[in-house]
Amino acid sequence: MNNFLKKTALLFALSILSISAFAQQDQPIEMADGLYQSGKIYVVVVVASIIFLGIVAYLIMLDRKISKLEKEIKNK
Amino acid sequence: MIKKNWWKIIAVVLVLYTIIAGFLFKVPAQPILHETIRNLYFHVPMWFAMMVILFVSVWHSIKYLNKSTIESDIVASQAAHTGMLVGALGLITGSFWAKYTWGAWWVADTKLNGAAITMLIYMAYFVLRGSIDEEQKRARIAAVYNILAYVMLIVFLMILPRMNDSLHPGNGGNPGFNSYDLDSTMRLVFYPAVLGWIVLVVWIFTLRVRTEKLKRKTLLNE
Repeated sequence: MNNFLKKTALLFALSILSISAFAQQDQPIEMADGLYQSGKIYVVVVVASIIFLGIVAYLIMLDRKISKLEKEIKNK
Repeated sequence: MIKKNWWKIIAVVLVLYTIIAGFLFKVPAQPILHETIRNLYFHVPMWFAMMVILFVSVWHSIKYLNKSTIESDIVASQAAHTGMLVGALGLITGSFWAKYTWGAWWVADTKLNGAAITMLIYMAYFVLRGSIDEEQKRARIAAVYNILAYVMLIVFLMILPRMNDSLHPGNGGNPGFNSYDLDSTMRLVFYPAVLGWIVLVVWIFTLRVRTEKLKRKTLLNE
């Protein structure tokens, strides 16, 4: 019986130790909430979109240029 | 015009959507990752696009060995070239992401080293092409090497990282991002991102093929 008590006491003691490991999950995880609240994330979205659309415009120009050359060579 | 180019429009719309939704939609809050979890929409599609375009490359290499038409060789080499572009972007973005999550630009990880080795194997493909002057010979030897290169890519990027311990998500007992995405909001952006980038890269690849064919035609006419 005494042995059983000792064992359960040890079990509880060790269980309590493990709580600290779980407690770390309760801390809030830092996200860019400020940027979202102030609405300035939209600036980033617009900048990234402009860069992408600029590259697309460049690709379209290349595409047209190549099409033109293909026609010229075909007609030669 | 639109009839022939509708798929290019789809690529642009999809990628533009992922830029907007990728920044604005809610993402799961995870320790260490924080907002960088959004890199999933930009870094990972690079590798998907690379795998697809390099498959196009090896497919045309096999076609060349079958029929020996020089067009297949042009397509295979240009696809490999485009694959290196997205592969390089994948490596650079991955390294940057690693710096801010794992704490180092590069770690000796099976996935990372595998990706680097794959790039080197494909670099050797271009060195090999450059070293042979005779066209038919170059095409044949390059085609055989390209098949080997793709097999090595599968081994280094897909198989070995899953057999060893790896820091990289989705490998070696490490969960992929699908385990964080409990309500599937990330899939809503991730799948269009993968599709959009694949099609965009195919567009760039067709531009390369057309330029190379033009170059060949003008050289033959001279």
